[in-house]
Amino acid sequence: MAASPKLTRRQLLKGTAAAGALGMLGGLRWTDQAWAAGKVKMGFIFVGPRDDYGYNQAHFEGKSAVAKLDWVKAFDEEKVPETIEVQKTMESMVKLDGAQVLFPTSFGYFDPHILKVAPQYPTIQFLHCGGLYQEGKHPKNAGSYFGYIDESQYIAGIVAGGMSKSGKLGFVAAKPIPQVLRNINNYTLGARSIRPNCTTNVIFTGGWSLPVREAEATNSLVDQGIDVITCHVDSPKVVMTTAEKRGIYCTGYHCNQSKLAPKGYLTGAEWNWAKVYMDYADMIRKGQPVPHLVRGGLKEGIVKVSDYNQVVTEAVRKQADAAKDKFMSGGMVVYKGPIKDNTGRVVIAAGTEHVQTDMWLESMDWLVEGVIGSTKS
Amino acid sequence: MEIGWWGVLIAVLGGAIRIGTPFLFVSLGECLTEKSGRINLGLEGTLVMGAMTGYAVSLHSGSPWLGVLCAGLAGMVLGALHSWLCSFQRVNDIAVGIAMMLFGTGLAFFLGKPYIQPSAPRLPSIDLGGWSDIPQLQAALQINALFLMGIVVAIALAWMLKNTAWGLKVRVVGESADAARALGLPVDRIRILSTAQGGFLAGIGGSYLSLYYPFNWSEGLSSGQGLMAVALVIFARWHPIGCLWVSLLWGGAAALGPSLQSVGITGGYYIFNAIPYIMTLAVMIITCSPRRTLVGVPHELTVTR
Repeated sequence: MAASPKLTRRQLLKGTAAAGALGMLGGLRWTDQAWAAGKVKMGFIFVGPRDDYGYNQAHFEGKSAVAKLDWVKAFDEEKVPETIEVQKTMESMVKLDGAQVLFPTSFGYFDPHILKVAPQYPTIQFLHCGGLYQEGKHPKNAGSYFGYIDESQYIAGIVAGGMSKSGKLGFVAAKPIPQVLRNINNYTLGARSIRPNCTTNVIFTGGWSLPVREAEATNSLVDQGIDVITCHVDSPKVVMTTAEKRGIYCTGYHCNQSKLAPKGYLTGAEWNWAKVYMDYADMIRKGQPVPHLVRGGLKEGIVKVSDYNQVVTEAVRKQADAAKDKFMSGGMVVYKGPIKDNTGRVVIAAGTEHVQTDMWLESMDWLVEGVIGSTKS
Repeated sequence: MEIGWWGVLIAVLGGAIRIGTPFLFVSLGECLTEKSGRINLGLEGTLVMGAMTGYAVSLHSGSPWLGVLCAGLAGMVLGALHSWLCSFQRVNDIAVGIAMMLFGTGLAFFLGKPYIQPSAPRLPSIDLGGWSDIPQLQAALQINALFLMGIVVAIALAWMLKNTAWGLKVRVVGESADAARALGLPVDRIRILSTAQGGFLAGIGGSYLSLYYPFNWSEGLSSGQGLMAVALVIFARWHPIGCLWVSLLWGGAAALGPSLQSVGITGGYYIFNAIPYIMTLAVMIITCSPRRTLVGVPHELTVTR
């Protein structure tokens, strides 16, 4: 090497000035925090962009709703990877923003990240979105909340089955994990509840955000004659716009995508996180203990169904609404035997019922009869 | 209409054109850059920046074609910046390329924040399948004018490199900078111009992604396509027409995975999705030889020196 790097006086001065500027910013932040004293301070962490028309946007909409309350101060950080990064984000939200409760919303944030940080701040609540919390095993100041969005998928499946001409539905899915399989199965069971010969053709893309492959999958499914499509990927935008371009129907996922496909968007399965976050905020303000597990579906208002498109016929609306009413009254059991998987094996014997809260359903590894696809990679 | 297994063929045909077009533009841009003796690994960043710029301009102006032009110009600026940095003594073009890749994607993500949500006007498509009465084939043959332009650019570039004085200058600079200097050619200027033009093409490739297929601006849009296109140039042996065939081949191979699942071949989709990469490795292994260098490689490239 010719010359070794040396710190000149000029560089040193520059560095000091920059540090000073940062310090001032820090000061501004502090006054901001003081001003917010007495409010319920809630921190939200998202794995992707806030406005992805998908999973993260659904959570961000929930955060925005709760942020409107004048006794809440809500802040968020987006695009935080499921690595040590999220631990840093959680710590800075607690230390710098004074968060009382944190909502790390991505599945992979829980183990090991929340499990590592939560014990260090026993007065702070760490509430994770997903079904991973176990009583007794995990820290006392942690907990989890999740919604049974498969209930909404069941309704969307009824609408899809009712509106399809060919009786062939399509599903673009990321990976064969239990939550995804449950959505595929509910969609298919919904469709087959009113049209027993309906089939759902599944394509697994292998990743949560692969726009080109999602578009290809949609095109291939349309070529095979499916005429209603839905998906379970992080951002359904590409699937919806491609379906609209090919002139078929689609049903949405995560949040309302009717603007992307005004002609073909029949309905969709949406989260309603605003309800969950409002409830938590209220509990914390009143000083009530926060429950470790919050679960719910249509009845509890944690998930909802998009408004039907005007093309959805009266008869189909009635069938969908009837099922919805049954969910709302709590009398609906989707996984009621006899149910076979798509290899012909009986997975739920006649007379057996698995209600929505049954933990057995959370380890689903099979596809129901009528699904064309395989969970093997 | 039931088409069954023909669907795979149609998907591969359609995919070759749909998925191949951005590969074509980026690889043509990289081909020109490498012919002048530089490697621009930053084209991944240029692609993403082009995609964002194209989408944003299309949204604000209402004209997707203006978006394509601005995407090209944004790419040109990034290309010029790369080659300007590389023109200093002892600056390694690969290191600068990696820096430009991170800079381009980072800048595009930063500036592109407000454009994830809105829907911009889409580039129109041309129906070339009117002669067929099979709707699936008609859909596969709905192509974008950019694909046709890409073919024209490939042919023109091949002709110009071979037959014009400008092409000769680019090749001399790429083969031996010393010889070029002895001839009195402005080596740095020629490289800056070639890299800037290469950036222009890569930027257009990006706008195809956001404005035509898959038609969306999101941060996961490119997922490494710009980097793959750099590898394609080696595969194509630094020949523009080769870039065309290789891009089509890759596009078709990328469509294979999803279409096989649609006809019921449901196992092994990770393997099918990896076919383009397996193919590249196979070709590299088959064509390499310890006794000679690659055919067509510009000798000034830092990787071969």
